[in-house]
Amino acid sequence: MTVHTTTSHACETCPLGTNAQLIRLGINVEGWNYVVALAGNPNTGKSTVFNALTGLRQHTGNWPGKTVTRAEGGFLYQDERFKLVDLPGTYSLLSSSLDEEVARDFILFGQPDVTVIVVDATRLERNLNLVLQILEITDRVVVCLNLVDEAERHGMTVDDRALARDLGVPVIPTVARRGEGIPELLAAIHEVASGAYKARPHRINNHNPALAQAIDTLAAQIEARFEGLPNARWVAMRLLDGDERILEAVRSGELGILARGAQPVGSALQQEAA
Amino acid sequence: METRTLDTLSRHQTAVVTALHSDGAERRRMMDLGIVPGTAIRVEMVSPLGDPVAYLVRGSVVALRREQAAKIEITLQPAEETQP
Amino acid sequence: MMAEPAAATPDDLIKQAEALRSAVGADFHDDLMLSIYTDAARIADHAVTREGAARGRFYLDRTIDRLVTSRVWGFPMMLFMLLAVFWITITGANVPSQMLGDFLMGAVYDALHSVAQALSFPWWLAGFLIDGVYLATAWVVSVMLPPMAIFFPLFTLLEDLGYLPRVAFNLDRLFHKAGAHGKQSLTMMMGYGCNAAGVVATRIIDSPRERLIAIITNNFSICNGRWPTLILMGTIFIAATAPPALASFIAATSVVAVAVLGIFLTLAVSWFLSRTWLKGEASTFSLELPPYRPPQILKTLYTSIIDRTLIVLWRAVTMAAPAGAVIWLLGNVTLDGVSIGEHLVNLLNPVGLLFGLNGVILVAYIVAIPANEIVIPTILMLTMMVGGSSMVQPGVMLELESNTEVYNVLVGMGGWTLLTAVNLMLFSLIHNPCSTTILTIWNETKNLRWTAMAVFLPLALGFGVTFLTANVARLLGLV
Ligand SMILES: Nc1nc2c(ncn2[C@@H]2O[C@H](COP(=O)(O)OP(=O)(O)O)[C@@H](O)[C@H]2O)c(=O)[nH]1
Ligand SMILES: [Mg+2]
Repeated sequence: MTVHTTTSHACETCPLGTNAQLIRLGINVEGWNYVVALAGNPNTGKSTVFNALTGLRQHTGNWPGKTVTRAEGGFLYQDERFKLVDLPGTYSLLSSSLDEEVARDFILFGQPDVTVIVVDATRLERNLNLVLQILEITDRVVVCLNLVDEAERHGMTVDDRALARDLGVPVIPTVARRGEGIPELLAAIHEVASGAYKARPHRINNHNPALAQAIDTLAAQIEARFEGLPNARWVAMRLLDGDERILEAVRSGELGILARGAQPVGSALQQEAA
Repeated sequence: METRTLDTLSRHQTAVVTALHSDGAERRRMMDLGIVPGTAIRVEMVSPLGDPVAYLVRGSVVALRREQAAKIEITLQPAEETQP
Repeated sequence: MMAEPAAATPDDLIKQAEALRSAVGADFHDDLMLSIYTDAARIADHAVTREGAARGRFYLDRTIDRLVTSRVWGFPMMLFMLLAVFWITITGANVPSQMLGDFLMGAVYDALHSVAQALSFPWWLAGFLIDGVYLATAWVVSVMLPPMAIFFPLFTLLEDLGYLPRVAFNLDRLFHKAGAHGKQSLTMMMGYGCNAAGVVATRIIDSPRERLIAIITNNFSICNGRWPTLILMGTIFIAATAPPALASFIAATSVVAVAVLGIFLTLAVSWFLSRTWLKGEASTFSLELPPYRPPQILKTLYTSIIDRTLIVLWRAVTMAAPAGAVIWLLGNVTLDGVSIGEHLVNLLNPVGLLFGLNGVILVAYIVAIPANEIVIPTILMLTMMVGGSSMVQPGVMLELESNTEVYNVLVGMGGWTLLTAVNLMLFSLIHNPCSTTILTIWNETKNLRWTAMAVFLPLALGFGVTFLTANVARLLGLV
């Protein structure tokens, strides 16, 4: 498979294929305009993408569990300052395992302006499990289809356009280790961050009608209670599943902060970071 | 169709998951890894000491301890057994 | 709050959720996951095309895996890998270590003294700065830099390749039997770089009981600061017992033997803890084995030298400089005509000898609480300042340019035997964690009892083991 140098949603006037507009800021994350989170299954190349964008050298390693704490770095692109957060690997947002809590809480409560989901092109089906869950929470998503070189070696071709159509968010094929696709990834992050890209995110197709009904009922009430909450459907699902963390967030009003932070720049995070 | 548990599957045999008998966090973790009813699963390799066993599931290789595999119900797929 | 008449209160919401939850039943989660996977499978199917022919890589992976985890070859291959890594490290580091030593402790050391003389520094200032601060730093650099610059890239290559999870896979049965978590073998391997990092890595372990076990036993993973001690002892003492042709092989074997003993202790102590203070059964475990990825050799070399070697070296240097100052003061500030260092060493010497060590080693381990890296320089400087002061002119013997000279100083001035070297290797493996690790353990557990246990359990064990070997050696008439 070839890494496309143009993508359907890319800005027509800016020259792609170079990193010329990228200025890596290392650990300098002062005065950022946008917060970008890097999520994904373990071992899909999140830290490699992080390093490519920030110029830092976060440890990468070929085994799951290498990153256990979140790392932050910055970059400057088209005069905007981005703060990038490298999260530990997660298989799912639905589990309660401790090692995934950092990532889960950040995606849910950190309210990043863009969530980049790094997926392994050779294990697409399993990786999509997480993508579909995150799409229930936020539509400000860019899918980074990484390890395309490995897929190729395994005789697999992944049609990124078909994938982007089905998911309703940008899908950028990359070989992060060699820096391929990083300019396109940047362009997509910028478009989603600035709101230029209108996502039509995939919604989980519930096969059980009673379930779908219950989710809709509860989501409507949550939306009425916490106006502006971007992920009421997700909160409804978690409440129906009896997730203690979310129950607590409803009780304490933490969700209210989230709802108010739903304006362009995640102010909830700024408080959290302070 | 024969019903048995995953731990009885031998090297290079393929089966389909029919039910999970674990619960709580463990059940969720199995599902996160893509082990849900209907998933094809295959024994890839066995640790030198006999336990754990690594399974090929949805394109990844996942190691499980025997007691966990014993809580996964499978049915054999005779047609696939001959595959290398 | 901003409650509106139409909106339910949080409590109402939760009640409503609970009512709906009992209506949809307990299968909610299963249903949801099934729905997600059905969608995922459909989308993936839509996007992925497979060419049936090009599956060669997949089979190559599987073939390697079958060999690496095979019943017959799995364990021998692990040992072979370890041996190869240390053999390459020891043989490769020999010549550069010598050259660095010649340069730093010969040319530079002499030049510094000439400069001090030309500027007519008082003796104590020149001594403090050059024989104290500079010398300790120079030793750390020449002893540590070459082996680390070889060992780290090799280890990182194995890590990038994807070999570590296979080691975890092979060892898991043993950890399971010890009542430990399957991922403890991964945190153990993280500890081979730095125990503080290993302790933080235990966050991948869910169960608090098993996580504590992993934290307390992480100390038995030999860290950066301790490899050089083992390599030096293996090279100058253990290898000396073998014919020259086999010397570096024997040295590597001795280092591997200590590392394997560390794994054995990890398992034994985990087993002991899960039957006593941390009772319980091993919890469930799943580990994904990533595909083998051909490492990027040059990039690995670059990052492991810049990130690991130099960072570790820098830490060692910043610890060594003040330690050098302390040691020099210990050797030169006198009480009743005898230096404080000598007082201390003499005080601890009978205790040290009881454990097959000596007073100098014990003082060195006290000085080295902040960092294991400075054990060797401290031992050498103390030996020469204290043991040597009566025999040799100060200043003359301070230039230890080669391993042979180090050997001569330790044996001639310090009265070392093979037992001292072996017990130093053992004690280096089994003693309290460094202060950074202790602080990390405290931060991760916030519990005084477990932190104390992580400090004193290995220390007690270390004295126990060295006492045993010392007495066995004496009984057998070996020393
Ligand atoms: N072949 C290939 N390897 C990659 C690529 N991206 C990352 N890797 C390797 O995959 C492994 C895991 O990468 P890492 O960034 O640590 O993954 P993380 O766990 O998601 O942070 C490392 O050995 C990387 O060198 C890629 O695009 N192609
Ligand atoms: Mg990472």
